[in-house]
Amino acid sequence: MFWGACVLFLLVLGLLSVSLLRPAMLAAVKPMHWIIGGGLMMPIPILVGLLIAALVLGEQLLPRAGGAKAMRVEAHASQWQWRFTYPEIAGSAESDVLHLPAGEPVDIVVTTADVIHSFWIPRLGGKIDAIPGRENTIRLQADKPGAYHGICAEYCGPGHETMSFVAQAHDGADFPAAVGGRP
Amino acid sequence: MSPIGLHKALNKIWATPPGWGRLSAVNHNILGKRFMVLALVFFTIGGVLAMLIRAQLATPNSAFIGPELYNQIFTMHGTVMMFLFAIPMFEGLAIYMLPKLLGARDLAFPRLTAYGFWCYLFGGTILIIAMLAGYAPNAGWFMYTPLSSGTYSPGINADVWLLGITFVEISAVTAAVELVVTILKMRAPGMSLTRMPIFGWYMLVTAGMMLIGFPPLILGSILLELERAFDLPFFDPTRGGDPLLWQHLFWLFGHPEVYIIFLPAAGVLSTMIPTFARRPLLGYNAIIVAIVAMAFLSFGLWVHHMFTVGIPHLALAFFSAASALVAIPTAVQIFAWIGTLASGRPKFDIPMLYVVGFFIVFVCGGLTGVMLAMVPFNSQAHDSYFVVAHLHYVLVGGFVFPMLAALYYWLPHFTGRRSVYGLSIPAFWLILIGFNLTFFLMHLTGLMGMPRRISTYPSNWGWDWLNLLSSVGGFLMTMGFALVLIDIIMQFRFGRRAGRNPWKARTLEWAMPTPAPPYNFVAIPEINARADDLDIDALGGELAGGRGYLAFPRADRQETLGVDMMTGEPDQVIILPQPSFLPLWTALATAAFFLGLLFKVYWIVPVATVAVVILFFLWTRPLGARRNMGAIEIGQGRAVPADGEVKDNVTYWASLSGIAVDATLYASLLFGALYLAVIAPGWAEPLPATNWLPAIALATAIASLALARRAEISNAKGVSPAPMLLLATCVGIATTLILVMGMAIIPHPTSHANLALRFVLLAYCAVHSAVAALLALHAWLRCRGGFVSSVRATDLRVTRVWTDYAAIVQVPLWAVLLMLSGGGLR
Repeated sequence: MFWGACVLFLLVLGLLSVSLLRPAMLAAVKPMHWIIGGGLMMPIPILVGLLIAALVLGEQLLPRAGGAKAMRVEAHASQWQWRFTYPEIAGSAESDVLHLPAGEPVDIVVTTADVIHSFWIPRLGGKIDAIPGRENTIRLQADKPGAYHGICAEYCGPGHETMSFVAQAHDGADFPAAVGGRP
Repeated sequence: MSPIGLHKALNKIWATPPGWGRLSAVNHNILGKRFMVLALVFFTIGGVLAMLIRAQLATPNSAFIGPELYNQIFTMHGTVMMFLFAIPMFEGLAIYMLPKLLGARDLAFPRLTAYGFWCYLFGGTILIIAMLAGYAPNAGWFMYTPLSSGTYSPGINADVWLLGITFVEISAVTAAVELVVTILKMRAPGMSLTRMPIFGWYMLVTAGMMLIGFPPLILGSILLELERAFDLPFFDPTRGGDPLLWQHLFWLFGHPEVYIIFLPAAGVLSTMIPTFARRPLLGYNAIIVAIVAMAFLSFGLWVHHMFTVGIPHLALAFFSAASALVAIPTAVQIFAWIGTLASGRPKFDIPMLYVVGFFIVFVCGGLTGVMLAMVPFNSQAHDSYFVVAHLHYVLVGGFVFPMLAALYYWLPHFTGRRSVYGLSIPAFWLILIGFNLTFFLMHLTGLMGMPRRISTYPSNWGWDWLNLLSSVGGFLMTMGFALVLIDIIMQFRFGRRAGRNPWKARTLEWAMPTPAPPYNFVAIPEINARADDLDIDALGGELAGGRGYLAFPRADRQETLGVDMMTGEPDQVIILPQPSFLPLWTALATAAFFLGLLFKVYWIVPVATVAVVILFFLWTRPLGARRNMGAIEIGQGRAVPADGEVKDNVTYWASLSGIAVDATLYASLLFGALYLAVIAPGWAEPLPATNWLPAIALATAIASLALARRAEISNAKGVSPAPMLLLATCVGIATTLILVMGMAIIPHPTSHANLALRFVLLAYCAVHSAVAALLALHAWLRCRGGFVSSVRATDLRVTRVWTDYAAIVQVPLWAVLLMLSGGGLR
């Protein structure tokens, strides 16, 4: 997408420069060809291709009923902190660090106690908003163990920039212990 | 009469009085400039705020301004730039330029222009004073609830935004109505729609979009203010509301708004590029199709601001496709412009520098726009600095650069002088380089995970250098803008005198002396060709010599021509009102209304409402005639009736445009009711049934409708309509009272959104019954004053239109009330 954009940008500016500096070179182009070529024939295939790619990619990222079962983790947002619970791990405790099993998909169910927040771990994927009165789910997977930074992406008041958290991905075997669950 | 004598005589009729009389100005020449100058003042304020933001973010862990102040500053930066700079700026340009491009002497409703200006000035002032006092809005310029609700923003700050912006929006709505009517009805004879200069088409589409784009925001602001001030829950999820309703209403306005800002700027480019390419615009018809397509698409893609709120993926795919499709009409225009240049003989001057700047910046913003339209990419980049970069590329590229080009292009029209070139070129390079340095790097900070709207950041996340360079770029750009300002002053002081038409343009605005006289054209031209390819030098001389229509002073009346909408055949003489203080007084009364709400001094509100109504009654007193004049001469051997004596006049079309605005507001309210009834959480518990009062009100409203129609029919037959009108007034008042009673007996409307919705739906209908009653009363007074005859029947037509509307809105009211009584649609 980036290189495609670069090519298009240079194409438009190149044509503009030629038209301003050496109009004779382009004088042979029939007027309507500009509009049909540049306005219709060039963008339509590119946009259709992009839309199909985006749709397929978007579908692959969705948590779906028939697919692999992912563990459910709950993220509770409030002004200005994140708390995480692990309802599927018996005996687990609430934590302010998000513990994840590395190499496994996890469904993170995001809710809020007050205003709108947005759950985002930039290195792991997209974001999902925490909307009052609703539950939103995002499926993420940390491929390797380690610490990842998470932040609130939706402006939520004077403590917005302090509302960050750490997502700690553990080896599968270490994960239950990390959340205080019974192994 | 000699050209000089003619000029003096017309000038005497059209001039604005000096001294305090300047406050009574209604002329579009003066008001257009006032709009633009005030917009530039607000641009400067917004720019200073941007500098504070960049100073704060230049270094990590900065303690320059704390988060509380920072939140006010970024909220005000967005608000000022969008609502107090961009929209009023192009409104001012259109107010000044359109009558000149179309061959008219003023806009359709000069006093409304003035009223809009005062609303803009007072509303904007409320916001700025609040900021200086430390009570600026601080919930972000899109004011998401519940952060902006009474619970989480208890102070006055959010009220300042909701009320101040709604006050300013009055000027947007009045300008939209006025521009639509002017473009459709007030062109030079012979200028059919297909001969209209392309800027006229751009502004027609823009103004049409404003008629239906602004009401959702105005409705959202009213609902949120009702929630904040009177605890009626529309957005509170604990009482059956939904915060996402606000987002839908806001972006239903907010996305078309981007195109509302871009299209006038594109219109400026389509006007200027042919002048500098020295050939007519390529693809006139293709461009018209493209801008109409853009207008339609722009109302179908608001959800792309909401890709991460948890809407199902396939629904997102639809909005994603619509967002990507907008690239096509944009590309059509871009290539039409390049093709125009390529097939012409381009010459270079300062405006063309900014046109090139526009291409560089806007194309980049368009490409990132297509990226953001893709759902998976959007969920990564949304609410990050990538979006900040994108929106500045689009808005600065698509609006500020074209406006700077327009400034240099039309400044000789304001000053009558040529540019002083010394400063213009370094100013351009500072702005271009500064802009790209500031905002290109923000793409990178965004992709590196920096979210927007954070007042500070830790230094170990790799954002430090990029932010510092962005800040340096910001200050370079500011220096560029400062140079432009000095350059403008230099041109006023030292510019060489320019003759008529310094750029050898081929559009009508140059066929007049500069600075423009208050009546624009001594004679109104006859147009026989596409009006952006005229021989201006020959035409200017002819018009100055009085060869054309209405080239004579008559009875101290400000006269201009009205034409058939499609063909451009002249069909009426429009007699415009003289300078007046009424717009100022009415705007002051309107300000009292808003300030009463803001400071919760509620007794002022009804008093101010009555004052506004009485003042508007006074507006029509100098209008109209007490006798039928028949056809009056307009020169060139032709005669047409006065506007008061034809059916198809500007007042009638303004009423229809006003109804378009009002109906969109109502449709947004009905959408809100259906949305909450279908989606909002907390609608399980049973609620009281509706009462029968609305059914009675519907019956009485239909009776009013019949009476207003009877009045019009009997008037056409020469029978006095006065008794019918008086009866219609009484029935209208009765309808209003019944609806108010219906509101009063709703139990605890603050307890649940379902009941609050019934309350506002009834209130909307009550207000419209009251408006219909007042118009019937007004028509009755006009009959008594002798202003109504079987041909002079505009007052009756307007009354009938609004009485019809007041009755029609009650039909969906009844249906929605029954649906709400059934507990919503679950």
